[in-house]
Amino acid sequence: MTTEYIIKNGFVFDPVQGIKGDKADVAVKDGKIVKSTEVSSKAKVIDAAGKTVMAGAVEIHAHIAGPKVNEGRNYRPEDKLFTYTPKKKGSRMAGGFSIPTTFKTGYEYAKMGYTTCMEAAMPPLFARHVHEEIKDTPIIDEGAYPVFGNNWFVMEYLKNGEIENAAAYVAWLLNSTKGYAVKVVNPGGTEAWGWGLNCLTVNDPVPYFDITPAEIMTGLMKTNEYLGLPHSMHVHQNSLGNPGNYTVTLDSLKLAEGIKAKNTFGRETVLHSTHIQFHSYGGDNWGNFESKSKEVMDYVNRQKNITVDTGCVTLDETTTMTADGPFEHHLTELNHLKWANVDVELETAAGIVPYVYSPDIKVCEIQWAIGLEIALMTKDPMRTFITTDHPNAGPFIRYPRIFSWLMSAEARRDRIESFKHSAKMVEATHLAGMDREISLYELAQMTRAGPAKSLGLASVYGGLAPGMDADVAVYNFNPEKSYKPAEIEKAFSAAAFVMKTGTPVVIDGEIVSNGNKRTIWVNAKVNENPQVMRDIKEKFLKYYSVTQGNYDVTKHFLSGNPRVIEVDATT
Amino acid sequence: MTKTVSDVICPFCGTLCDDLEVVVSDDGKTIVDVYNACAIGAAKFMHAQAKDRVKRPRMQQADGSYKEVSYDEAVEYTAQMFAKAKKPLMYGWSSTSCEAQSVGHEIAEKAGAIVDNTATVCHGTTLIAVQDVGIPSCTLGEVKNRADRIVFWGCNPTHAHPRHQSRYSIFPRGFFMNKGHKSRKVVVVDPRVTDTAKMADIHFQVEQGRDYELLSALRVAVRNEKLPDVVAGIPKEKIYEAAEILKSGRFGIIFFGMGVTQTLSKNHNIDEAIMLTKDLNEFTKFSIMAMRGHYNVTGSGQVLGWQFGYPFCVDLSRGFARYNPGETTSNDLLRRGEVDAVFVLGSDPGAHFPISSVKKISQLPSVCVDPHITPTSEVSKLHVPVAFVGVEVGGNCYRMDNVPIDARKVVDPPEGVLTDHEFLTRVNKRLGELMGAA
Repeated sequence: MTTEYIIKNGFVFDPVQGIKGDKADVAVKDGKIVKSTEVSSKAKVIDAAGKTVMAGAVEIHAHIAGPKVNEGRNYRPEDKLFTYTPKKKGSRMAGGFSIPTTFKTGYEYAKMGYTTCMEAAMPPLFARHVHEEIKDTPIIDEGAYPVFGNNWFVMEYLKNGEIENAAAYVAWLLNSTKGYAVKVVNPGGTEAWGWGLNCLTVNDPVPYFDITPAEIMTGLMKTNEYLGLPHSMHVHQNSLGNPGNYTVTLDSLKLAEGIKAKNTFGRETVLHSTHIQFHSYGGDNWGNFESKSKEVMDYVNRQKNITVDTGCVTLDETTTMTADGPFEHHLTELNHLKWANVDVELETAAGIVPYVYSPDIKVCEIQWAIGLEIALMTKDPMRTFITTDHPNAGPFIRYPRIFSWLMSAEARRDRIESFKHSAKMVEATHLAGMDREISLYELAQMTRAGPAKSLGLASVYGGLAPGMDADVAVYNFNPEKSYKPAEIEKAFSAAAFVMKTGTPVVIDGEIVSNGNKRTIWVNAKVNENPQVMRDIKEKFLKYYSVTQGNYDVTKHFLSGNPRVIEVDATT
Repeated sequence: MTKTVSDVICPFCGTLCDDLEVVVSDDGKTIVDVYNACAIGAAKFMHAQAKDRVKRPRMQQADGSYKEVSYDEAVEYTAQMFAKAKKPLMYGWSSTSCEAQSVGHEIAEKAGAIVDNTATVCHGTTLIAVQDVGIPSCTLGEVKNRADRIVFWGCNPTHAHPRHQSRYSIFPRGFFMNKGHKSRKVVVVDPRVTDTAKMADIHFQVEQGRDYELLSALRVAVRNEKLPDVVAGIPKEKIYEAAEILKSGRFGIIFFGMGVTQTLSKNHNIDEAIMLTKDLNEFTKFSIMAMRGHYNVTGSGQVLGWQFGYPFCVDLSRGFARYNPGETTSNDLLRRGEVDAVFVLGSDPGAHFPISSVKKISQLPSVCVDPHITPTSEVSKLHVPVAFVGVEVGGNCYRMDNVPIDARKVVDPPEGVLTDHEFLTRVNKRLGELMGAA
């Protein structure tokens, strides 16, 4: 079998090496990028002349595997209409639009040149389910973020300022669930939802636990840096989706001031604020709803130790799902579509509601504009990443369309002109006055090198430097020729060639291999901590509905193909 | 000397107790005793020890008797059956592991089969209702820690899910419920005076088949609107009183069973029960949960969900997945004569389906994979005994609240007996060869 490839004469965009569209060759040997001189004459040649070459893209935040995603699939048969592709040689039948089947998830990401994806919210008690789905998602490397922001252990330790104990617990849980990072969703608010309540500012106390969202976030940031995990704390803030919530967003972001990154992975940030589009709203009702992207992005641009992702609205019918239980209840009261909810003992909750982002509804038009503004206002594309918070603001298969909006002011103008309320939308947003067009190099920063760095995986993903994983995408897109916006979308929807760890997986937009998928998780070692172990044992005996012996997923996980990131926090 | 295996999962009902202790002999071959299980669960473990257990596949002969055949012959017959069939039915999947289900689905894709699980005669109506109106729910630990209002509607856990009440719903002391059953109010709705009803603070002896009306009446009462004097046999004062009890709780839950899913109105009953739950969330916190029967029927719905997007009656015969209850459900297919082969694993339709469906199974090429001799095995052309999942082989299972728990292997299966996963894997491989050759 061929293990040597040389991708010749493409226009290469690689922020890791600072290559901005130069014609260059990318050589691959044994699953890694190597110098072109290191491959033999037997290397298979991939002709990329006239095409764009980038590293495989890295998805930092999407809901693609686990209990709420699957509840979405099962309770929305209508999502499958007209989407199915039959079984082919080497690939399974695949269907679904906003919540595709696991097979379709892997195939569609790969076709767009995405090779690494992070499941954004894993309820620890359901970790085994998440990993079962990850195992059935072909091609892409995947990790999953367990949620901590409403966890009873975490709230109790942080209330008492016990960072070391919180760290021992986080390390234990990452190991038990094979998780990747510290995820926080509506800190405190989701626990309050256990009683049908919520925390809408960073200072609302959590019922019974008597701690505030601000204390939870600050504590978890400190815990994260105490451990030196590869990714920073990854937060979905309080008061998502409400008019006027940008002040809560700024309050949350400010918590990062003065906290320093401490890790061995080259990560310089301590807080990742996700789908910030949903958190950049002004006004105090849906009538005077407006964009506050400028206020938020001015702060993000200034404060160098935070990263954000956009959460761009794609104007589709989709399925919202989040561990922010109270928000989904709020949403079903707004749109009256079917509501699913699961409260998870001691840990978290989740809700699901279908949603139609209509170009005929003013609020949706404004949301669409805000998502794009966030990306266009960034002064540091290495800290601002493109997402749709799949499937919340829209399905991930729409990334190429978002790229076309970001890369072409003409595309944005066309879209705005065809809105039902375009005049009102223009008044409530900044977008119409912005002429910035994202370059291919910036796109590579916002979808490859940037997220990889924030995840602490910059040494293996998101670039084409020798020694990195051979994840490469080649697009039928010639940056030297003039192009129409539709051509951007077409080129990035079906890559000409995609390689995953040295194995070609997509050729001419068609899946040719199921690749060599891996599951990424963090094994953090801490000092022995008898107190935390005793607390864990006690909570399982008294309050969990499963035994401690049946909680750990290690045994189940061994059948996977793990990529373990080792962290040593012992002292 | 014996040894004790702890944290064992009980492969019987959807309660999926995971605290069993099983005492096995020193050589690890026989089960000596089972602790913590209910009578049914313990019997399941002990039954695996039966001396007269079938250990090799059996093929039906022309005179109706059965003759022992090898696993190789059984694999060949099954693979040939799938290869020849235009529209085979693959039914069951509720008493096996997710790993086995997954291999079954690969076979189904190759053979163009219909995959249906026991929800089709059980909580399939619930799944349809969830597709109509959603479902606010929670894990069972939430019930234990928070719930002070418990409703059992059309179900009798005392007999069907024997440890449900002590582990999760009525009796346990939870974090915010440290007085156990003393801090809970229990409402039971059932036309029969069941042993569950005997434990209730309020028992509504609803007129049979009038659940929809009573649910609607409760929605009216929750809003303090006017009711007729009697609804479904219950005086309105009682209904208002019950509504007040539900609203005044801090965290409530409705558990429901086949008394509402498979009686008059079917999925519409569940629509209404879910909407009542949603209404109650205007006043307090409320959840609703289906009392799933088989220990891994929930898992079948999950695996079908992530692989094909639908929770039961998934028709792959056209090369892509379709779902249309009433058309692609097992009994409808069988009774209309639309399938030309039947494969059963992890259920016993011979005991649970209408006789008109069972007759069809007996007339078709058919395979029954089951550790026991069952009514289904006795009408199938081929019976393939396999190891007991959760006793002799592990594998993932999903509890009624969708929490996944790995079943444990406690003892070895009898020598030479395959697991269902192994049998399916061999059939899948052979079918691949046959289809490739065709």
